Amino acid sequence: MTLFILCFLLFLVGIHGVLTRRNLIKVVISLTVMEFSIFLMLALIGYISGAEAPILGSEMVSGAPVVDPLPQAMVLTAIVIALATNAMLLTIAIRLYKKYGTFDIRRINELKG
Amino acid sequence: MDSSIIILFVIIPLFAAFLIPVIGRLVPGFQRIFTSSIMFVLLIISIIAVGESQDTMTYMAGGWEPVNGVPVAIYLVLDGLSRFLLIIINLLGFLSAFYAISYIKRYTGENFFYTLMCLMVAGMNGVVLSGDLFNLYVFLEISVISSYALVAFGVEKTELEASYKYQVLGGLASLLILFGIAMIYWRTGTLNIADIAIILTGEERNAFLVFVQLIMVTGFGIKAALIPFHAWLPDAHSSAPSPISAMLSGVLIKAVGVYVIIRLFFNMFQLDGGLASVITVIGAISMVIGVLLAIGQWDLKRLLAYHSISQMGYVVIGIGMGMILLARDGDKSVAALAIGGGLFHMINHAVFKGLLFLNAGSIEYATGTRDMTKMGGLARYMPVTLASSFSASMAISGMPPFNGFFSKLVIIVAAIQGGFYLLALLAVIAGIITLASFMKFQRYAFYDKSPQREVVKEVPFSMCFSMVTLAILCLVLSLLIFPGIREVFLGPAVNTLVETADYATKILNL
Repeated sequence: MTLFILCFLLFLVGIHGVLTRRNLIKVVISLTVMEFSIFLMLALIGYISGAEAPILGSEMVSGAPVVDPLPQAMVLTAIVIALATNAMLLTIAIRLYKKYGTFDIRRINELKG
Repeated sequence: MDSSIIILFVIIPLFAAFLIPVIGRLVPGFQRIFTSSIMFVLLIISIIAVGESQDTMTYMAGGWEPVNGVPVAIYLVLDGLSRFLLIIINLLGFLSAFYAISYIKRYTGENFFYTLMCLMVAGMNGVVLSGDLFNLYVFLEISVISSYALVAFGVEKTELEASYKYQVLGGLASLLILFGIAMIYWRTGTLNIADIAIILTGEERNAFLVFVQLIMVTGFGIKAALIPFHAWLPDAHSSAPSPISAMLSGVLIKAVGVYVIIRLFFNMFQLDGGLASVITVIGAISMVIGVLLAIGQWDLKRLLAYHSISQMGYVVIGIGMGMILLARDGDKSVAALAIGGGLFHMINHAVFKGLLFLNAGSIEYATGTRDMTKMGGLARYMPVTLASSFSASMAISGMPPFNGFFSKLVIIVAAIQGGFYLLALLAVIAGIITLASFMKFQRYAFYDKSPQREVVKEVPFSMCFSMVTLAILCLVLSLLIFPGIREVFLGPAVNTLVETADYATKILNL
């Protein structure tokens, strides 16, 4: 249970970063921290202490407990999606830097109202 | 009809998205015709899916049959509500793609534009068909990531800034949704929506479930841009190229936002009166604040974007009132009326808001400005744009005989019958302010004295065609209110929601 609480703390750290940082890149990093807290939580949900890897082979004893493979597959998929979003965000951040010459959010404010 | 028709909605646009950059590079002009024809095929298939049968159909990806009654495969589910959303998505998809043939010539990288558009449609079709929570998340990300790129398509200062803002808030929302999905999996050990519904049946209301539900409402609320989560919408929707604005406002916020809220809270979670009130209150706030923010805008597309927030408020209060009535064991026919009004307003909003954004695109195409103070006197030069935008403005303000009048009327009647007098009053007030702001649009854009400028020409055929079709639909959709037509299209969608528990039993064949 402690591990889950630590995961949630990491999630909150990420949210805090997204909301308070003023640098485009640091916002992206904070989002990544949030992402990874959720990946950790997913992996923890599938974990059973003392269980084996869910690989069907000759060494596996039938009836022995195995960890849940589904969250692991979900984490892999989610990592790919996170890669796409991060690449997209960083590309836009670099283009913004070329237009404005700064990463500071307070000075990138063409849109109002 | 074979259930393998379901997978076509996802496969066809995905395959098109792959072909466009490959062949479009070799054959100039291929991408324009190809995208429009692909979208037309999708529209035809979705009409077939509505016309042929009213049953719930499931498609198990990979053909994995359930083992001992436990679903193993990823389910794609075609039921009344999915059919309803598929029609909206593919109709707007086709008309926007056809409109883009002329409009997008000003931009470079046409191939990428059409590729992203096909990906977005594939993602949205997947979201409304998915019967599996994680699969829903994946499709949702496909559609929103392509929409991030499309918002930034102009790569000017404002477009990039809007896209960045949209991505940070959208990313936050996606993570909250993933967090919610992880919590649900932790509790139930399954991802199949029908299976989760069965497991959660009869469970007492407890802190864990309320927490998950609030996380989900926040996540999808950001995607649907309900106030107070609306900050990204006016920027993103006004910066995108106009056909994409029409798609974003017309379809995306419905398919990945409101639709998922409806699906999860009616068919997956147990109906809960407290949460239903929260959703209704959020809807009412969006409806009123959205329109108040809209009336002061001078940028045409920004004004339309704020109206999207307000109109989605109407949809959400319709649905929310239905939820409250069902949760209280109130009168089912009134609940059905409220839900029907909400869904009816959803398709109407797709049509008239799509049309208004296309009109804004035409005006921008002809005059090069989005500022209403610099337009003026366009009535003489652009008759098609004038006529179609008049039809859409009257529809969104709720003037008879256009479709917006009937859906707002149904929502208000349901509110009075259900005893929500304050909501009925707010809906009427918001409608009047909407009318005022569209009078302003009509006057400043078309009738005011024109500034000194060269002669403006009417837009090319493909743009006119899309606008005229949507303008006719604004009138024709009024027919959906009449018995006989209602049962074919609107009725099954409402039934899926009113009979909340049927969804799970039909899919799992219990």
